[in-house]
Amino acid sequence: MSVTEVKVPAGYVPVYTKPKSLSEARFTYCPGCHHGIITRLVAEAIDELGIQERTVGIAPVGCAVFLSDFFRCDFVQAAHGRACAVATGIKRANPDLIVFSYQGDGDLAAIGTAETVHAANRGENITVIFVNNQIYGMTGGEMAPTTLPGMRTVTTPEGRDVRTTGYPLRMSEMLAQLDGPSYITRQAVFDVRHVQMAKKAIIKAFKNQIEGKGFSLVEIVAACPTNLRVSPVEGNKWVVEQALKYFPLGDLKVRD
Amino acid sequence: MKILMRGNEAMAEAAIRAGCRCYFCYPITPQGELVEYMARHLPRHGGVFLQAESEVAAINMVYGAAAAGVRTMTSSSSPGISLKMEGISYLAGARLPAVIVNVMRAGPGLGNIAPAQGDYFQATKGGGHGDYRLIVLAPSTAQEAAELVMLAFDLSDRYRVPAMVLADGMLGQMMEPVELPEPIPPEKIPEKPWALTGAKGRSPNVVSSFDLDPYRFREVLRALWQTYREIERNEVRWEEYQVEDAELLLVAYGTMGRICRTVVRKARKEGLRVGLFRPITLWPFPYEPLRKLAEKIPVLLTVELSAGQMWEDVRLAVEGRAKTPFYGELGGVVPTPDEILSEVKKHVRD
Ligand SMILES: Cc1ncc(C[n+]2csc(CCOP(=O)(O)OP(=O)(O)O)c2C)c(N)n1
Ligand code: SF4
Ligand SMILES: [Mg+2]
Repeated sequence: MSVTEVKVPAGYVPVYTKPKSLSEARFTYCPGCHHGIITRLVAEAIDELGIQERTVGIAPVGCAVFLSDFFRCDFVQAAHGRACAVATGIKRANPDLIVFSYQGDGDLAAIGTAETVHAANRGENITVIFVNNQIYGMTGGEMAPTTLPGMRTVTTPEGRDVRTTGYPLRMSEMLAQLDGPSYITRQAVFDVRHVQMAKKAIIKAFKNQIEGKGFSLVEIVAACPTNLRVSPVEGNKWVVEQALKYFPLGDLKVRD
Repeated sequence: MKILMRGNEAMAEAAIRAGCRCYFCYPITPQGELVEYMARHLPRHGGVFLQAESEVAAINMVYGAAAAGVRTMTSSSSPGISLKMEGISYLAGARLPAVIVNVMRAGPGLGNIAPAQGDYFQATKGGGHGDYRLIVLAPSTAQEAAELVMLAFDLSDRYRVPAMVLADGMLGQMMEPVELPEPIPPEKIPEKPWALTGAKGRSPNVVSSFDLDPYRFREVLRALWQTYREIERNEVRWEEYQVEDAELLLVAYGTMGRICRTVVRKARKEGLRVGLFRPITLWPFPYEPLRKLAEKIPVLLTVELSAGQMWEDVRLAVEGRAKTPFYGELGGVVPTPDEILSEVKKHVRD
């Protein structure tokens, strides 16, 4: 493969640049993966709020495990599912820091269910970015608690059978029942309008923390085109036509 | 001034005096008084007391607080420590200092709440996954428990290696007079330039145990093991009692070490030349000093509240230089000095 160098014409002003909070490292996500969009949105939110120098991020175990490479922020890598407990420890130790975790659906809604529910219930003043792609991306496409009924995964080769494996877990609806959280919302990034809305939600979730309002979680219904074995465009379509049926978008709890 | 305290309370107060400002727990017997003491006292010192939803959460909160650069501790008893093992492995891998207190009870399984020493393997030989070590300190009195908690914080910070204080239900529950160590002034606590405090005016700090490249990760672990070797050279601690002319050496730690002191006195009254070797650091284990004693003492009788776990380290130290019989009790049963003495008599020359 040959690389063609593109000459930048004189007077060219770039309008779409890398957020300041992102490093030079290249994302390790697959082409068309919604993680890439979401990671960027988090960085844009940090930039716009001017909090890069006091933000501590928590990387999960999952496809976002390399997050600390991508950001120019202090970072800690947490054990699978434990990010909300780690976030609690950091925030309690130093309440001046802005602490966010970024977690997949296996991480947050299966192995880390208890840590998530209890951090939310305590109203920990943290921000949680929850990427629901209905699959265990990193380990090769196994069933997640959010996998849709009938959806084929490597551990549900005949499609998810709800009689033996249960139903897609609606974590945000569960959390919205609690008195602790201040903001629970479900967003998506399959088109420009929704990307804009998701970004607004992420900014609000950080702002809440800055203002001391307590636990905020932004769930983002995402596509993992690699494990769906579809193109990026079809991945977007999958979210709209399949995933949103079980995971309707919108605010589930807003306490002002 | 001496204060009458339970071992559990002495450890809690010592932690506060060591500058522990974040304590995370989940209730379990027989360490309840430690939790209660922290709940009452830590907030008054401006510290964070938080009862977590599980031991898994508690140790991961410790992981977070340690990453933020604060002196932090958790305590539990055997079944709870099993749950903490994942987090302990992560602490070790990410080079985070933290103190873990295990007030051991009888196991396996739910077992019971009586004192036991069945977690020696778990504490000293891993327990969690991967190539790591914990500094393990074993007190035998409430006084020593307080001192070793202070030491645990110091060693853990100095080497960036998590430290465990391995006590047992007897030690935790028993009340005795304690001369509390002086509080450590905050400025004496080492700076932590690696801590997560926000990347202001410096490049970002990352706390992680993750590295996909085996060659790079090998170097990380080599550095870690170099630290362990340094700890082995500098930090071995033990106590010898009446060993000079001993013909039989009792080897015991913690509560059992304390009971064996009484056995030595009783034996001496009967004209039996018995001494005691009490490891204080279980890791690093005092192999060398024990080996030296095994060169002149023909019998080393290991006594434990287990089926014989430290016994394996004793035999590794002795390497056939002396006889190494074992006497232990199981299930939370604590032998009396007389029971141990009659065991001694089976092995000592008359
Ligand atoms: C204790 C533990 N169990 C299992 C794993 C293996 N593991 C790595 S990532 C992962 C699932 C990740 O799925 P998800 O959280 O949905 O993240 P995604 O990759 O889809 O973004 C699992 C099970 C692990 N690292 N640790
Ligand atoms: S496996 Fe799926 S979730 Fe992971 S990076 Fe690739 S597309 Fe994204
Ligand atoms: Mg997933």
